[in-house]
Amino acid sequence: MRRSLVVLALILGASVGFQAFAQKTTITYWQYAYDTRVQAMTELIQQFEQANPDITVKQETFPYNAYQQQVAASLPAGQGADVVQLYYGWLDTWLRSGYVEALPSQYFDAAALDSEFIPMVEAAKRNGQYYGLPTAVRSLALFYNKDMFKAAGIDGPPATWDQFVQDAKALTKRTGSRFTQEGFGIAPNGQGHNLLREVLIRQFGGQPYSADGSTVTYDSEAGLKAFEFYTGLVTKDQVAVLNFVPGDNGYRDGFIQLQNIAMIVDGSFAIGSVKAGAKFDWGVAELPTLANGVKSDFGSFWMNGLTPNAFKDPAKLEAASKFLKFVTSPDAMKLWLNVVGELPARASLVDDPTLASDPVYGPFIKSLAYSHATQFVDESAQRQVFMDAVNRVILENQAPAASWAQAAKEEQAILDKAKSQ
Amino acid sequence: MRRRPHDAPRSSAPRSSAPRPPDAPDRSRRRRRALSLSTREAIWAYVFLLLPLAFYAFLRIYPAIQSFDLSLHRWHVDPAQRTFLGLAYYRELIGDPKLHRALTNTLLYAAIVVPSQLVLGLGIAVLLQSVRRLRPLFRAIYFSPYVTPAAAVAWVWGWMYSVNFGVFNTALIAWSDFVTRLGLAWLSIPPQAFLSDPKQALPSVAAVVVWQQLGFQVVIFLAGLQGVPRMFYDAAAIDGANAFQRFRFVTLPLLNPVMVFSVIISTIATLQLFDQVVNINFTDQGGPLNATLTIALYMYQLAFSRFQIGYASAVTVLLFVLILTVTLIQLRLLQRRVEY
Amino acid sequence: MVELETFGEPRRRPTAATVVAYVLLTLGTVVMFFPFVWMLLSAFKPIREIFQLTLLPHTWTLDNFRQVLFQTAFPRWFLNSLVVAAISTVSVLFFCSLVGYTLTRLRFPGRDLVFLIILSTLMVPTEMLVIPWYVMSTQYGWVNTYWGLAFPGLIPAFGVFLMRQFFQTLPRDLFDAGRVDGVSEFGLFWRIGLPLVRPGLAALGIFNFVGNWNAFLWPLIIAKSASMRTVPVGVALFSGEASTAWNLIMAASALAIVPVLLVFFVFQRQIIEGVVLTGVKG
Repeated sequence: MRRSLVVLALILGASVGFQAFAQKTTITYWQYAYDTRVQAMTELIQQFEQANPDITVKQETFPYNAYQQQVAASLPAGQGADVVQLYYGWLDTWLRSGYVEALPSQYFDAAALDSEFIPMVEAAKRNGQYYGLPTAVRSLALFYNKDMFKAAGIDGPPATWDQFVQDAKALTKRTGSRFTQEGFGIAPNGQGHNLLREVLIRQFGGQPYSADGSTVTYDSEAGLKAFEFYTGLVTKDQVAVLNFVPGDNGYRDGFIQLQNIAMIVDGSFAIGSVKAGAKFDWGVAELPTLANGVKSDFGSFWMNGLTPNAFKDPAKLEAASKFLKFVTSPDAMKLWLNVVGELPARASLVDDPTLASDPVYGPFIKSLAYSHATQFVDESAQRQVFMDAVNRVILENQAPAASWAQAAKEEQAILDKAKSQ
Repeated sequence: MRRRPHDAPRSSAPRSSAPRPPDAPDRSRRRRRALSLSTREAIWAYVFLLLPLAFYAFLRIYPAIQSFDLSLHRWHVDPAQRTFLGLAYYRELIGDPKLHRALTNTLLYAAIVVPSQLVLGLGIAVLLQSVRRLRPLFRAIYFSPYVTPAAAVAWVWGWMYSVNFGVFNTALIAWSDFVTRLGLAWLSIPPQAFLSDPKQALPSVAAVVVWQQLGFQVVIFLAGLQGVPRMFYDAAAIDGANAFQRFRFVTLPLLNPVMVFSVIISTIATLQLFDQVVNINFTDQGGPLNATLTIALYMYQLAFSRFQIGYASAVTVLLFVLILTVTLIQLRLLQRRVEY
Repeated sequence: MVELETFGEPRRRPTAATVVAYVLLTLGTVVMFFPFVWMLLSAFKPIREIFQLTLLPHTWTLDNFRQVLFQTAFPRWFLNSLVVAAISTVSVLFFCSLVGYTLTRLRFPGRDLVFLIILSTLMVPTEMLVIPWYVMSTQYGWVNTYWGLAFPGLIPAFGVFLMRQFFQTLPRDLFDAGRVDGVSEFGLFWRIGLPLVRPGLAALGIFNFVGNWNAFLWPLIIAKSASMRTVPVGVALFSGEASTAWNLIMAASALAIVPVLLVFFVFQRQIIEGVVLTGVKG
């Protein structure tokens, strides 16, 4: 009698437990591993699970340098992330092979998102639909070593590119044919290609691409001038050399660790590394302009998207959408700013005056207003085109005009090919 | 209805109890004996190979065929949505200048790396063999690059090749100063760009590959040399052969199986060269200006940075055909030389 | 059966040739060992000093090691690598030599074809197999398991090839004699063949160990949880978007390879020299 009661209790308990279990939806979230990002997301997940006891979120992270490999190889098995973080420039390559789906219209209203997020987030939009939303955005600014500036007798950061070249010349040192100190840490493979594409071409009066993004338009007089200016930093002004400091992040390492690079153009995502590593007086300034005063900047972001896995059942889709909304909410962005130190992506938060007056974040925040996020169709191939264009001039002494025309032709072919698929 | 013998029900064939003609056992034993000589060995061979071949079929060949199949389809994450393209990617391969460059580079790498490894590997093994003191230490030192992780190797060599800071250029400058002071300025060599020079980048990377893989070759050759019976050397010495002749006519022929292995394995590995190239120029992989790009790296970039897995699979098939052809030629040329 | 002395120990007294050998080997040491030493010494430097081109650290520090050992999951990565390397080494030693033996010492129809098919599996870059492997692994529940980490490397074709070449150097008579004595086919392999190819076996063991120790792409993909990462996958975490912790990479690299090198150093007699018995009737 007693035994059968126990059995009955066990069965009841198990079935109740089972029911609770069955109602619980589990979703998987993927991002690349970085201490503060993982920490911020862990906090966000805790908050989210408290507010939604019926949803469990599993966070899985992978090394930054191997993140795309992980995604490319895992998702075809129909397993892995439901909500995935991706660099916005990857959207087209992921989309073409179905790794990411449009945010479902029953949960997301594109028109509302247009006004809630800052304009460059529209780079996550294709055919009127959003394919993801960012928790944070990035822009470029000039980092400079105040101690080196002082030693060279320079008061403050350059406001114009002319001044920039002049300062960089004063900050460059050589022994024989070898550089021992660089005025400017040029990095075509770092942020250099973005600087050229979205900042210099526009400042010189050109447009990198047609309005619909289908045609290369930098093969113009303005575009060529921008290109000549950029390569001229090495060939003419001699304030920089390629690969001055070896390694994955050579220009940044030279600025932070070796202190033999006076200025670098870098993204706001580098703030954390500079803060942690730089043991000298440093500053951040908005990017210089030409005499005409036209401001421009390159904006970018990692966005949270939904994989086909999230669409496998409605409960999962609802949970994933809820979670995606939560991690891109104003509160999540504030937490992200505090923990990770990355700029918020919502219009309401960007106008915050205390943030704009911050000596480090200020220049980045201010430049968001004039930032452009390139509509890449094949980011790594397009980046390669720019790197090769610069290398042909610097390493092979090709005439800038010829190299630039070739780059335009190569990139147009990439755009055409993407369109045909 | 006729039955074939092995279909016959057991009960209807009580052969063993049936009376036999007197000569029958003899003949059948002889037949079984004849069978065992030629077939027994084969049966055992298949038994030994059963599990390994199942492994290869299931985990290597079947996935490879799947991968080849992908080269005929436009890639999509969902298998149901992969559209058949036929040979479209192969046509694209023919006109892809980047692939042509990768192909040339890859062959060039093989032409530099394989002979260098063979000669240096064998040379060092023979040197190691001829010393007694410190031999274990020397061996460990020559083996050390092989166990060093790729990231650390790339970092150290990146610095050594550095135009502005590297030891090679520091040495060149010191040398030039030295000879200039001696009034022999024509002997001076200007600093070089190494990895930053599209012409020097490939040999510079190839040098790192040789350096890193040398330990592997040395161990193989040392193990091979151990197998050469001393008796043969003594016999050759008695016949008046000098050291070179002993090496040429005793060591080399007996080392042939090991050398075949060394050449073929290092060719296969070099034709798939990837790790060192990626790591040494991480932000412009295969650069500058595709100067160091290999087929395997191009394939990897297509698949994992650009998600063009169908096209990458076509590149894989091409690479496979290339390696197979080269290996078959090598097996032909190298293995025929020696009879066992 | 007679034990034959091999090329192992030269009897001659030091000659000019020996001196030349020492000089060449010592010169080569600089080239071969310098990068390794640099890596090792860098592991004792604070991050700032890593970027300065001095060989010896100004300030010796154990911080990098402390950080790697106690603030990352390095011990766990190390254990995982060790388990995978151990599983695969046992399998590799047995199966590669069995197949290598079969391909040289047994006569059967299709022998060359089988060898060529096995060899051809070396010619497909494993990078392109990871997608089918992963699909398979999810179907059979191998994701995030040691088996999942280890299975692609259980019978590498290169090992089969190596052992085949080593078995080729053995005289055929040996096995025929064994057969006449009534040794079973497996016994011929296990008791006669295998002991004679110990140098090859040992070399294969160390190569396979190192290969597993450095494998990256597949372990990355199959290990979904942090607790299943291997050393190379874990070390990749030290490279972030904006900076690379070279001090930690150097320390972790040193921690990972010094044991391998020590094992090699201590057991190199067995690994390379073995005790070669070449049985010849006589």
